Amino acid sequence: MKFGIVVSEGPYTHQASDSAYNFVKAALATGHEVSRVFFYHDGVNVGTRLSIPPQDDRQIQEQWTALAKEHELDLVICIAAAQRRGLLDQNEADRQGKDANNIADGFRISGLGQLIEMGIQADRTITFGD
Amino acid sequence: MSENIKKFLYVNRKAPYGTIYAQEALEVVLIGAAFDQDVSLAFLDDGVFQLTKGQDTKEAGLKNFSPTFRALGDYEVTKLYVEQESLDERGLTLDDLQDIQYEDEDDDYEEKPSIIVVSRAAMADVMADQDVVLSF
Amino acid sequence: MSTLHTVNKSPFQTQTLISCLGHAKAGDSVLMIEDGVYGAMSGSAMSEVVAGMGANVKLFVLGADVSARGIDAGRVAEGVTSVNYEEFVGMAASCDRVQNWL
Repeated sequence: MKFGIVVSEGPYTHQASDSAYNFVKAALATGHEVSRVFFYHDGVNVGTRLSIPPQDDRQIQEQWTALAKEHELDLVICIAAAQRRGLLDQNEADRQGKDANNIADGFRISGLGQLIEMGIQADRTITFGD
Repeated sequence: MSENIKKFLYVNRKAPYGTIYAQEALEVVLIGAAFDQDVSLAFLDDGVFQLTKGQDTKEAGLKNFSPTFRALGDYEVTKLYVEQESLDERGLTLDDLQDIQYEDEDDDYEEKPSIIVVSRAAMADVMADQDVVLSF
Repeated sequence: MSTLHTVNKSPFQTQTLISCLGHAKAGDSVLMIEDGVYGAMSGSAMSEVVAGMGANVKLFVLGADVSARGIDAGRVAEGVTSVNYEEFVGMAASCDRVQNWL
């Protein structure tokens, strides 16, 4: 099975990202493919590299970055939702005249079309949100 | 034209303005329209409130995105399923909702209503008929 | 043809579980996750409603979220099966579609 995953809430405030992460790990461990993880609404905030969570708690962004690297996952942050919430890569920062960018390793910013394309190409689409 | 046409259902169960889900769901629908899939929208529970007429957001300082629903026909998104029981529970009728139409190019561009009021049971059938269900 | 429904809200907080059960078709699976696991508890004001409305579907609860909330396994209602994440994945694969009630 090829799974497409949507994460539509931000880190820590909702359990969505954690549930999605655990699901993705279990899917990969049981031989399935995860074609994309698409971050929408406040989910884009999972992709900031500037978070400093308490050391005795799970490091949500780092977990995704590491998992993406290990399994070549495609972590996509929706550009429209990201612009609203101030999540930028270098390209966007330059384009929009902002003085900083904050996207974490392993994430890329792209359009909503990537969500639809994911739905078309995956066998199952699952949303973790609020 | 895509060979792989899937049935996409966008499920709307939340009221507008208190949260962003209604507005950002619509943004997905508009972008998704370019992919030539078989698209339907479902409005149930508090989602039916998204379609009401006369939304005036000036004093609240929010963006009134309700006109966008009337543009959906131009994007060939013409199936807006609205649940009867959800309307009834909230004291709403079809008259309280916007008049959303599309031009049927297979019928001399005749204007037809996009809103299809269905019972809860029929809504369940619509849901069970989909390939991809996106919830917001 | 069947659907895997997930519900992540407590039935004491919102109508989400009730709405899901009101739309699920016979033979579907309903999996309670995150705060939704409170809908799987026996002896609550919602237990009979859930059992009644869920009579024609298969009810499941995500064990990890049950333990996290300190719900003793013995308090999960009879007729609700506890599953782990790998079984969750398996259910998503064997149903025809997944519908997430948020």
